[in-house]
Amino acid sequence: MDLLINHFWELTITGLAIGAVYALVALGYTMVYGVLRLINFAHSEVFMWGSFAAVWALMAVGAGKASGLGLAGYLVIGFVAAMTVSALIAMLLERVAYRPLRKRNSPPLIALISAIGASFALSELMGLRDKPLGWFNLENLRDYLGRPRENLPLPLQIQTKAVFPVFNYDVTNIDLIVLLSAIVMMVILDQFIRRSRLGRGIRAVAMDPEAAALMGINRDRVIRLTFLIGGIMAGAAAMMYLLKIGVTRYNAGFILGVKAFTAAVLGGIGNIRGALLGGFVLGVAENYGSALFGSQWKDVVAFLLLVVILLFRPTGLLGESLGKARA
Amino acid sequence: MNAVRNFFHSIRVRLGKLPRWAQLVLWGLVVLLVYLLPIINPPFLTTTGSDFGAVLFSCAMYSLVAIGLNIVIGYAGLLDLGYIGFFAIGAYTVGMLGSAHATLPLILLVPAAIVVTMISGVLLGAPTLRVRGDYLAIVTLGFGEIVRLVLVNSGWTNGSRGISNIPTPPSIELFDIPHISWQGLTAFVDLETTTTFLKFSVTDSVPYYWLTLTLVFIVLFLDWLMQNSRVGRAWEATREDEDAAELMGVPTFRFKLLAFATGAAIGGLSGAMFATKQQFINPENFTIIYSVLFVAMVVVGGQGNRWGVVFAAVLLTWAPEKFRFLADGRFFLFGILLMALAIFRPQGLIPPKRTVRARKAEEEETEILEEGHAHA
Repeated sequence: MDLLINHFWELTITGLAIGAVYALVALGYTMVYGVLRLINFAHSEVFMWGSFAAVWALMAVGAGKASGLGLAGYLVIGFVAAMTVSALIAMLLERVAYRPLRKRNSPPLIALISAIGASFALSELMGLRDKPLGWFNLENLRDYLGRPRENLPLPLQIQTKAVFPVFNYDVTNIDLIVLLSAIVMMVILDQFIRRSRLGRGIRAVAMDPEAAALMGINRDRVIRLTFLIGGIMAGAAAMMYLLKIGVTRYNAGFILGVKAFTAAVLGGIGNIRGALLGGFVLGVAENYGSALFGSQWKDVVAFLLLVVILLFRPTGLLGESLGKARA
Repeated sequence: MNAVRNFFHSIRVRLGKLPRWAQLVLWGLVVLLVYLLPIINPPFLTTTGSDFGAVLFSCAMYSLVAIGLNIVIGYAGLLDLGYIGFFAIGAYTVGMLGSAHATLPLILLVPAAIVVTMISGVLLGAPTLRVRGDYLAIVTLGFGEIVRLVLVNSGWTNGSRGISNIPTPPSIELFDIPHISWQGLTAFVDLETTTTFLKFSVTDSVPYYWLTLTLVFIVLFLDWLMQNSRVGRAWEATREDEDAAELMGVPTFRFKLLAFATGAAIGGLSGAMFATKQQFINPENFTIIYSVLFVAMVVVGGQGNRWGVVFAAVLLTWAPEKFRFLADGRFFLFGILLMALAIFRPQGLIPPKRTVRARKAEEEETEILEEGHAHA
């Protein structure tokens, strides 16, 4: 209890920073749920592949200790690499695991099974990444890949600095980078969905797919776009996660995916602003929880929160409505 | 594919024509053969890289798991991704009451494991079975992970050090059975390797295989009784159309809870078998990836067909042991397999007869509708 009171502001700020990561990943779940009524179970692996892409891109450009303009350059490289790869994986997922099922009108349980299969295939593929080296005589790449079942650290090193104080806690530059970039991404997305023509298409399909089709909206294109946006957001989240946590591994997506899903449900699945709110709330709540019960119970707190929400308010804090978000 | 189907069909017809006593004898022989597999060590089936008895034990144990999960997924249509949680609770009940906190004999531990997992199934199911089907998958996934985290973090369960010295079933040493070894296709009696009839020890898995196999047959029989009763029909109705079932007077929630608890109990039973065979358990034995393996068994086998899921459980356990190169990449392959099945054969490799029947009825219905359309 003392821990919670003494470190209240620290727990809040760092909770918001990790909550931003949850929020951006939650967008992928919530938007796909909005247009397809399907839990995109494999979205966590989209995130995980993005994090590896960022690490490898930064290794390739030889990132190390950096500050100032150099740091900004590395950050851009990391973000772009993660977002590109995540977007590609998300599109591939849609093409391979979901579209064939949609064409057959499969029941939701089957779609979920396909998604689970895709999720494990993607995660295990990363866990087996050193296998092809032997086949193609590329043993010299082994250091680059890292040990397949262990942590791969981010090569970029940022000197932690206090930027400005909030009550008794000094906000660090990393928290600030993470929070700022998350807010930028969120505002761009929110405005895109609300104001642009494509965003209106997404909302229309979420509201009523048949009426949207009658109004001349290409549903397949909207679905592809939704996966693309979800992937880009997951990629951005992956880079922020690396800045905050420092390492990634082949199964990093699993826990994070369940938490992001919790965030989406917390805010009201299908609701974009809800997912953002849910992410921040979850990040802060689990930090408070770990201060109260000990940090080893952090994940348990998040899971229990999910069960409690589903029991008492299954529609979430802001209600389920991608379609109803008006311009 | 059709040729294979016709072949099996003709065999079934011919067997059906045999007199009753001959059928029973034939079945008895098949069952005996299954029991004697680790003694006979048939040439192709035997795994060369690892102990065949241990592999067969795993096959039997996972068959139990698959039968239990099949009740939840196949009969009641509830996607449970936290089944490993029940398996772990069963194993830990045996460990805690048999070694860590008390020293009860196994004969009491197994019923205890079943009761405890059944209660935990009700405790998890009562609040969560009211949520939507797709949410259930995530909640159960969370449950499976919570169980593991509690096992790791709680001092009461010995944390990550695990529990050792778990009691074995009581041994009655009657006689030794020599194994058979093969050189090419000629069989030899191997007097060096013997199995003492019912001596449960670390070195010999065969008695555990026999014990678990017996449990598999008992559970299969109970499963058959349940499916062909009012309960089984209620499950089928709930799965196919919950609202319609409710309107017909089926208390769907209660039956879903029953399926959940029954499935959990069987999971607990197999966990208990795992604990007594290994004699040592720690939380690493119960990672979430096994839940997906279990779901894969049920989906690959054909949800709702008990023989199908047993076949898939045996296949998915045996194949990575037989072909060692599969062992590393097996979860990757299972992932691909799940995806491919969902797309190309959602009913599984051996679908239950009901599905085949329903599909045929549906085809006939569309044909009639189309004809009607043509006439109009």
